[in-house]
Amino acid sequence: MSNNTPTDPTQDVFIAAVSLVKVGEHWDTSLRELANHAIHHVLIEANGLRPQALYIANAFAPILSRQTQLGALVADFSGLRGIEASTVEAAGASGGMAVRQAYLAVASGTCDTALVVGVEKITDKIGPSMLAALSSAADSDHEAPHGITPAAQAALLMRRYLHEHEAPADALAGFSITAHANAVSNPNAIFRRALSAKAYSKAAMVCDPLTIMDAAPSVDGAAAVLLARGHVLPTAPDLPRVRIVGSAASTTALALHDQPDLLTLTAAKQSADLAYAQCGLSAKDIDLFELHDQFSIYSVLELEAAGFAEAGHGWELARDGEIGLEDRIPITTFGGSKARGDPGGATGVYQVAEVTLQLQGRAGDNQVPDAKIGMAQCLASAGATACTHILQRT
Amino acid sequence: MEVSRHWRLKKQRYALQGEVCPHCSVKIFPPRDICPDCGLDARTPFQFSGRGEVYSFTTVRDAPEGHSEQVPYTVALVRLEEGPLVTAQLTDLDQQDVEIGLPVEMVTRKLRSDGERGMLVYGYKFRPLLRPAA
Ligand SMILES: [Zn+2]
Repeated sequence: MSNNTPTDPTQDVFIAAVSLVKVGEHWDTSLRELANHAIHHVLIEANGLRPQALYIANAFAPILSRQTQLGALVADFSGLRGIEASTVEAAGASGGMAVRQAYLAVASGTCDTALVVGVEKITDKIGPSMLAALSSAADSDHEAPHGITPAAQAALLMRRYLHEHEAPADALAGFSITAHANAVSNPNAIFRRALSAKAYSKAAMVCDPLTIMDAAPSVDGAAAVLLARGHVLPTAPDLPRVRIVGSAASTTALALHDQPDLLTLTAAKQSADLAYAQCGLSAKDIDLFELHDQFSIYSVLELEAAGFAEAGHGWELARDGEIGLEDRIPITTFGGSKARGDPGGATGVYQVAEVTLQLQGRAGDNQVPDAKIGMAQCLASAGATACTHILQRT
Repeated sequence: MEVSRHWRLKKQRYALQGEVCPHCSVKIFPPRDICPDCGLDARTPFQFSGRGEVYSFTTVRDAPEGHSEQVPYTVALVRLEEGPLVTAQLTDLDQQDVEIGLPVEMVTRKLRSDGERGMLVYGYKFRPLLRPAA
């Protein structure tokens, strides 16, 4: 047994290795190749540690690539033929939910190691058919027939939020500006350029009041994390160990109109509260927070749901300069979905990999100084599924 | 789209028929058979008036399949006067500015069309309430 092995098996789950593929429009790379790329690199970093189970985080392959059974497909193509493998699908929250399933497999003692690969191939379809696929996370009986899109859902929330809390029209500018600033030095980001307040204010309208600069690009990507129990890790690791100390998921209704309180992300709040309770931590202990900024309003609502601001005040964290890399609660430290790019169901795996890089001091110019505890939270659509992980450097 | 799927939904879509919970009296739309407030069985049909007000709204310019010929269109969350929120398009707006709180009433319109050979789907939209002359 290694040093520092906790006695509680649910607290004995570590991130043994991570890998990230550059997010973008990978016209020349297929779904299986993207996944293989992430797996190849995570196994190099794992240095001989082999996965005993494989969880694929993917949301849209059945619609966009007409491909189901990604578990067997990816396992076979990546040289892992024979391994137990299946897909975890929860729309935009698939990544977090797949990490959660791997965590449960390892924490239960069923596996010593479990591999998660998030993979999404979005750009094979464009325009209305791509938008219809992305919109499939909304309620297909009661929202989709009315022409709702992910941007429209976010816009409905954004307008109501600005109205109820009497926030200015540019209240959310700081979230996109921060995301872009952090992506400049992230080699895996799709938009490696800064965003000015002026450019934000002049951005093209998508769904009023939401502009193109409040919206993340939906693009291709793949990332992988290998989870392992402490006793199989090297006893003298090159890098600080990162342990999963909190893991939780929650759900609410798919449709916006079915939410008990439209401006409270109840699943996000519940999953954060459960994750906090598991490790006895709270918002004030978190050194960085990878939240799911598919639209800027979700950054605000997640910060409020996770206890970093009171309801109605989340937008002020950007205005008051509290979300940068060296500020009170750094978010989207590698650019987030807005500027790193949003690879659908793979997003949550990117987040966990990015938090791990931060806690191991491997974030380069994106490093949050002395980061010890980080949180990752991903959402599906307007928060119908939410998954929260808390990672700690040991 | 699937014919049987739309046939199943016709009462709610054409007539805004929902449910009322026999235990706590909350009005439910769309119908879901289990009361979202008290968790008990709620299958008693309830006819909504179709009147409400705009709770939030936006305009869609990039539409998914089936809605391309409608762009730009306005989607709203409407607070029905009996309580529930409902997602629907606003229609018959002419030059009228939409704002939160705008009184609206339900009308039946074409919701989507699936190409030349596809079926048309009809259902509820909401239009500004025609005010009686002063
Ligand atoms: Zn009831």
